[in-house]
Amino acid sequence: MSHKTNITVSKPDQGASLKNYITGFIASLGLTLMAYLAVTQEAFSRNILIAFITGLALVQFIVQMVFFMHIGNETKPRWKLLVFLFMILVVFILVAGSLWIMNNLNYRMSPEDMDSYMRSQQGF
Amino acid sequence: MMLANFLGRLTWDALPQDPFAIGGSLMIIFASLTIVGLLTYFKKWKWLWSEWLTSLDPKKIGVMYIIVALAMLVRGFADVLMMRAQQALASGSNTGILDANHFQQVFSAHGTIMIFFVAMGLMFGIINLILPLQIGSRDVAFPFLNATSFWLFAAGMLLINASLMLGEFSAAGWLAYPPLSETQFSPGVGVDYWIWSLQIAGIGSLLSGVNFIVTILKMRAPGMNMMKMPMFAWSVLCSMSLVVFAFPILTVTLTLLFLDRYLGMHFFTAGMGGNAMMYVNLIWAWGHPEVYILALPAFGIYSEIVATFSRKRLFGYTSMVWALIAITVLSFSVWLHHFFTMGASANVNAFFGIMTAVIAVPTGVKIFNWLFTMFRGRIYFASPMLWFIGFVIIFTVGGVAGVMMSVPAIDYQVHNSLFLVAHFHMMIVGGVVFGFFAGLTYWFPKIFGFRLNERLGKYAFYCWFVGFLLAFIPLYILGLMGATRRLDHYDSSLGWQPLFIVAGIGALTIALGVAFQVLQLIVSIVQREKNRDVTGDPWNARTLEWSTTSPAPVYNFAVLPEVHDRDAFWATKQSDIKPTAIRYHDIMMPKNSSLGIIIAGFAFICGFALIWHIVWLAAIGLIGAIISVIIRTTDDDTEYRITAKEIEKIELAAAATRKIAV
Amino acid sequence: MSQAKTTIIKRHLPEEDGDSKTIFGFWLYLMTDCVVFASLFAVYAVQRNSTVGGPSGVELFSLPFVLIETLILLTSSFVCGLALLAARRGNKQQTLILFSVTFLLGLAFLGMELSEFRHLVLEGDSWRRSGFLSAFFTLVGTHGIHIAVGLLWIGVMIIKVARTELNKANLRRLTMLSMFWHFLDIIWIFIFTIVYLLGALAI
Repeated sequence: MSHKTNITVSKPDQGASLKNYITGFIASLGLTLMAYLAVTQEAFSRNILIAFITGLALVQFIVQMVFFMHIGNETKPRWKLLVFLFMILVVFILVAGSLWIMNNLNYRMSPEDMDSYMRSQQGF
Repeated sequence: MMLANFLGRLTWDALPQDPFAIGGSLMIIFASLTIVGLLTYFKKWKWLWSEWLTSLDPKKIGVMYIIVALAMLVRGFADVLMMRAQQALASGSNTGILDANHFQQVFSAHGTIMIFFVAMGLMFGIINLILPLQIGSRDVAFPFLNATSFWLFAAGMLLINASLMLGEFSAAGWLAYPPLSETQFSPGVGVDYWIWSLQIAGIGSLLSGVNFIVTILKMRAPGMNMMKMPMFAWSVLCSMSLVVFAFPILTVTLTLLFLDRYLGMHFFTAGMGGNAMMYVNLIWAWGHPEVYILALPAFGIYSEIVATFSRKRLFGYTSMVWALIAITVLSFSVWLHHFFTMGASANVNAFFGIMTAVIAVPTGVKIFNWLFTMFRGRIYFASPMLWFIGFVIIFTVGGVAGVMMSVPAIDYQVHNSLFLVAHFHMMIVGGVVFGFFAGLTYWFPKIFGFRLNERLGKYAFYCWFVGFLLAFIPLYILGLMGATRRLDHYDSSLGWQPLFIVAGIGALTIALGVAFQVLQLIVSIVQREKNRDVTGDPWNARTLEWSTTSPAPVYNFAVLPEVHDRDAFWATKQSDIKPTAIRYHDIMMPKNSSLGIIIAGFAFICGFALIWHIVWLAAIGLIGAIISVIIRTTDDDTEYRITAKEIEKIELAAAATRKIAV
Repeated sequence: MSQAKTTIIKRHLPEEDGDSKTIFGFWLYLMTDCVVFASLFAVYAVQRNSTVGGPSGVELFSLPFVLIETLILLTSSFVCGLALLAARRGNKQQTLILFSVTFLLGLAFLGMELSEFRHLVLEGDSWRRSGFLSAFFTLVGTHGIHIAVGLLWIGVMIIKVARTELNKANLRRLTMLSMFWHFLDIIWIFIFTIVYLLGALAI
């Protein structure tokens, strides 16, 4: 049967409530289905579609961070938030930087490839 | 790839075949047997096990890190002597003492050992020893994790030493670029040894990063807010922030290389959709933060030493903190400067070149602040201060070379030449190693309770300083003359040999310096009673670690200090308030545990088995490690109590021998 | 030796707050795991078109199948949240039931993923076929390995809590477990979008 114990959560994970979990769940469900339907139904043109589902992913990311991981609810000093933001910065630099660099290496390919590459990129 | 044989690809051929490997193996075996023999003869096994190996006390763990790191320094330095001998001799018709394959293994082992096991080991050792004391804490945040990190480090060390005795080491440089490091071009076990010793040690580092950040953010003494923290603690916080965000990149990159080699994947292969440049990109995205991981704590050590030996508080504390933070953030934005020449366009090179030049600025700020601290101070040139002066000279020269290379056009001329080699050695040896030597000398009395012989320490410094300049200034010249790195032989008409000979003499001078350091240690131990530190504060220093006995009791502080100022200990010394009688409380301390060793032991077994393709043994290693982790993480009985009465006894006894009132 | 009984005022000793330390430490570990996945995403992005004449995402991925996987994992993350709430209320039976449901949903997810992998391998499109497939299997597979570790952890905790009680230590462990489980669903958002949806659009 239910066992009552003295539980002392020193700093209760603020924000952990039934309402938050349900809100997060419904919102994530909706965002997932929207993205799925947008792609399978080809609701928009290609570029807009890409931007749309990327946007939905970022929104769902924030939704789950707020409602499941309770990121907004720390008391000061907000170390969890700071560490999270620094991680986002590092991830952004790493991913964007790597893509920029790796894509850019194509500049120095063999002459024929470089030729066609430069034509396609810069309208030569 | 996975053979069904019982011992995978391990055969009798794995035993050492050439004189160097045989010689090295025999030395390791002989040294190990000597230690085992001594322990048995003096009946010290139980003491070793319960006082050291299973201890979760960071003061003990720190000493063990340093012992392992210094042992690896010997091995890395042996590599130096071999390389210098080879390059001094191998001009024209002379082929020197090493064939190409062995020379490649030697420089690969040298770099790997020095960075991962000497520098990282000394760094984590010093942090373990000093950080908790400095912030007025009793321990690190996660003592068991701390011990496990050390044992994982030791397991990596064991693997890299095993490569000398069974099989071979990597011949692909300290970073093992593909396609050379892929199975097609390195089919043997060498690269696999490299992968697994780094992977295992790297996980230890990552866990330590988490540990020390939580320690600093959550366990400072009451009243010590962030801007009152000692500068060494700040430098550790920034360095560990780099560890935490950079080491995962290394973990992934090593894994991807492993997957290519073991499961036939195509991340970096030549063909089938692989892209070797992605390896270079990722490994340096880790590699650049890594050099700052090493440098920042060294800078922190200099801050402590300069203030103490100038008898003046550190100049520009706030700008020093911001400089550290700036370096930390910026160090994630420069990594391409390690491969300017590998194909990117001018736009990309320009961006990273500019960022590289920018990151030199906060470092410059720090150097000026140290010099301003010295200005109008009452400077006392004890050997820690000498190491600092040596650092300023060498690091500045090396740093200027670095700023030169931040310009891509210049870098195109000197990339992968000896000019580059001279630059980074000046940074790492002149910057990091000198800093750790300074720190070890400075904090030695606190750790062991007696001072090091100062005269021998000075001789050691002069040999290191002069030897280092002799060894590396010629390399700048050679690099500008076109000498590439990792050369095992060159044409005699180039006229390079005299410079290589000078470099060789420099290496021998450094060897003399090392000999002085060994002598210093032995003499100091013999003379320890004469040099006993009875006050706990032999240098009249400024920060909290000096307020304890030397060495500190297991719980560090019977009562956690209340902090009101920067340089907290200096402040209490200046104020004339006599401490009133203290009421002691019971203290909970972590129990000893052997599970750290066991987890690392299983990790070693798994790594070794994967290297030799012994599938069943690898499975045992992995499962054993997982079970051990589960056992520890579900254990509820991990602490023991020191009663207030016991503490009072210890404190009173310490006060009686110290010449200060309690 | 007698001492005058003057005492220093007792103040909040930082190390008493063990929970906040451990939870923060675990959070920090999760941040490092984010960088692991970011690196894998970077590699995947670079190799997304390195199909070497072999199949690409458009040919390989079944979006309805992936949608079901996604919904299962999302539900399991939600149920995990409910399980933690039950644990906070001290309701041992509800806690065990809800974590068991979390486990089963996670197991279903993993099963579906393994069947997808198995299908690909049997078709000859394993990780050896091309750089793209190496990147796909490694990125999605790493997430799967994390799920497997999570399932093991849930199993261990169910047994531990069943045998003992919802004391402070177990509550702390369950909190970290929930953080881990939510984190895995968050990573999956990106896999779903970047690998499967964008893959189906042949980016």
